[in-house]
Amino acid sequence: MKILLKNLTKTYPPRTRKESPVTAVDNFDFEIPDGKLVALLGPSGCGKSTVLNMICGLLEPTSGSIFFGDDDVTDLPPEHRGVGMVFQNYALYPHLTVQQNITFPLENIPKSRRPGKEEMKAKALEVAKLVQIDQLMERKPKEMSGGQQQRVAIARALVKRPGVLLLDEPLSNLDARLRLQTREEIRRIQRETGITTIFVTHDQEEAMSISDMIVVMKEGVLQQIGRPQEVYDCPANLFVAKFLGTPPINVLEGSVREGMLYLGEDPVLKVKGAADQDVIVGIRPEGFIPVPEGESTEGAMKCTLKALEVMGRDVSVVSSHPAAQTETIRSIIRAEDKVDEGLRTVAFRLRPGKVFLFRKETEERLMFEAE
Amino acid sequence: MRKNGWKGWLYLLPAVAFLGVFMVYPLVDVLIYSLEEGYNSASQTFFGVGLYNYSYVLHDTYFLQALKNTFILVIITVPLSTGIALLISLALSSIKWLQNLFQTVFFLPYVTNTLAVGLVFMILFKKTAYSDGLVNLIIIWFGGESVDFIEGPYWARMFVLCFYTIWIVMPFKILILTSALASVNRTYYDAARIDGTSRFRIFTRITLPMISPIIFYLVITGFIGAFKAYSDSVALFGVNLNAAGMNTIVGYIYDMLYGSGGGYPSFAGAAAIILFAIVLTITCINLLISGKMQANTAE
Repeated sequence: MKILLKNLTKTYPPRTRKESPVTAVDNFDFEIPDGKLVALLGPSGCGKSTVLNMICGLLEPTSGSIFFGDDDVTDLPPEHRGVGMVFQNYALYPHLTVQQNITFPLENIPKSRRPGKEEMKAKALEVAKLVQIDQLMERKPKEMSGGQQQRVAIARALVKRPGVLLLDEPLSNLDARLRLQTREEIRRIQRETGITTIFVTHDQEEAMSISDMIVVMKEGVLQQIGRPQEVYDCPANLFVAKFLGTPPINVLEGSVREGMLYLGEDPVLKVKGAADQDVIVGIRPEGFIPVPEGESTEGAMKCTLKALEVMGRDVSVVSSHPAAQTETIRSIIRAEDKVDEGLRTVAFRLRPGKVFLFRKETEERLMFEAE
Repeated sequence: MRKNGWKGWLYLLPAVAFLGVFMVYPLVDVLIYSLEEGYNSASQTFFGVGLYNYSYVLHDTYFLQALKNTFILVIITVPLSTGIALLISLALSSIKWLQNLFQTVFFLPYVTNTLAVGLVFMILFKKTAYSDGLVNLIIIWFGGESVDFIEGPYWARMFVLCFYTIWIVMPFKILILTSALASVNRTYYDAARIDGTSRFRIFTRITLPMISPIIFYLVITGFIGAFKAYSDSVALFGVNLNAAGMNTIVGYIYDMLYGSGGGYPSFAGAAAIILFAIVLTITCINLLISGKMQANTAE
C-alpha cells in the first residue's frame, strides 16, 4: 500500500500559559512507495514516533491528511486503516499465551466477519511460522527472550494481513548481537510479505543497513528523503551529514576563495562553482588519502598525528587540525597506506566526492564541481 | 550460609521477640483460656479443661445474633464496596478534568474519625421527636413512608450499618484501585485500540486481568476487616449492641471481657478462637479461588 502524507502537521497546545505551542511534526509532505521498507530516522524527541502514531491513527493530526493508496484515511479510526503496529516495549499481554496474543486482534473483528476458532488458530500458526516462533505457541511472554517477544509482537501485528506495518524503535530493547540478527529478520519478513513497512529509529546504522528509503527528521522538520546511499553520499545539510556515518563526519571551518577551498591558510581542494565565502567543511573519514613519505605536501591538508588505531583491514588515524570544530579528526585509510607512528605530522589529500561544503549561516549544502 | 546461621537469628531476634511476646503468646494464651472451664477471673482458678466454653458460646443467642449480623455485613459489604470502588476508580482514571479534586473528595472519609462519621449518619438517619432525619425527609418527599433506621426494623438497621461500612472502607479501596489502574502500561491500551477492541473488551480482557492481584488483595483484606467490624456498629447504635440486636462477633468478645455482663475471659476466648477459625477458613477459600482464577486467565 502506497502511503502519502500531505502537509501533515501536529501541534501540541502549550502546557502553561507562558509556554508557546510545540510543533512536533511540521508540514510533512512525502510519499512512501508500495512495498518498501522505510526508516524514520532522527535524534530522540524529533517527532518520529508522532509521525508513526498519526499514520496508525492513535494520534489525530492538527492539519494535513494521510492517504493509503488513493483513500484518505485521516479521519478513520485505527482499526479501519488496516495497519499493524509493533510497540517499542512490544505491549504483549502478559496474562495471555503467544497463541492468544496473536489471535487477540482477530477476536476483535465484528462477529459477522470474524473467522471461526479453527481458522483463527490456522492464521496464527501461519504468521508464527513466518516469524519462526511456531514452537513457542503455549508460552507466556515472560518465558521468552526479548528477541522472541519481538517476533510475537510482529506476528500479532501481521495476523490481520495489514496493508501497512509500523514498528516503533523495534530494536532498541535488544542487546547488540540480537539487534543485528533481528534487523535482518525484519528485512526478511518485509521481503516475504511485501507489506509497506515503516520503522522508527534513532540509530543511523540500523536505518542505513536494512531500509530501502530513509526519512531524516530533526525537531519535527523533514531534512531529507532518499535511498540510504544517496543520503549518505549527498547530504542536504550539515545535520544530515553529521547524523549519518560511523565514525561521524569531520567538521572544520574553512573558506572558499577563487575556486579554492582553504583550511586556515592552506589551500586543500579545488572547488569550482562555489562562490567566495566562509564555509563549514565536512569530510567523511574515508575521504583522506595520506601523502606517501618523501612526496611533496603541496596542496595537502597537514594534521598533527595523535594516534593510530589498527583495525586489520584498515587503519584509523586520529589527528588534529587547527581549523577543526572538534578536538580530533578521524580518518580511515587502507592498511597498505602506511603512516609511520613516529611522525609528528601527517598530510592528506582529499577525495572530492567525500568533501561537503555548507553555508555558514544556514548550514545548507553548497554545491561545487570537483575536477 | 550454614556457618552463619546463628547470626541470622541474632539479627531477627528483636522482631522475633516482639512478635513472640505480643502476638504468639497472646494467641496461645487465648486458646488456653478458651479451654479452661469455669474460669474465675478474680481468683484465677478453674474447674477443668474441656470444650464447655465453646458449647456455651455456640448456644448463646447473643452470639448467634452477632454471628448472623457479621455474616450479613461481610457478604453484603465486601463485594459491593469493591465493585463500587472499582467503578469509581475507572471513572476517576478516565477523566482528566478535576481528577485531583475528586480524588481528594473520595479520600476524605478515610481521614475522618469513625465516631464523627457516625454522628453524621445519625443526623441523616435517626428519627427523633423533632425530625425524621434527612433520609426520611427525602423518602417522604418521594411519597414513601418514613422508616426508623436506628431503632426500627432489623432490615433498616442492617441497611444503615452496611451503608456506613461501605462508605467507610471505600476510600482506601479507591486509592488502591486508582493507583493499580494507573500502573497499567498505556501501550497495552494503544495496542488494543489499533485492533479496534471495544471498551468493554478492553476492560474484561486487559484491565481486569492486569489488576486482578490487587482486587484479590482488596477482597481478602476486606473480608478480614469486615469480620472484625465493631466500631462501626458502636458509632451507629451505641455501646449496648446486644439490646439493639446489632452486635458483631468482636463486639460480643468485647462484651464478654469488659461489658456490663463482662468478666468471662474464657467465653471471650472461645468466641475469639471461633472468629479466628472462620477468618482463616474464608481466607483459605479466597486464596484458593484467586489461585484458580489466575491459572484460568493464564490458559
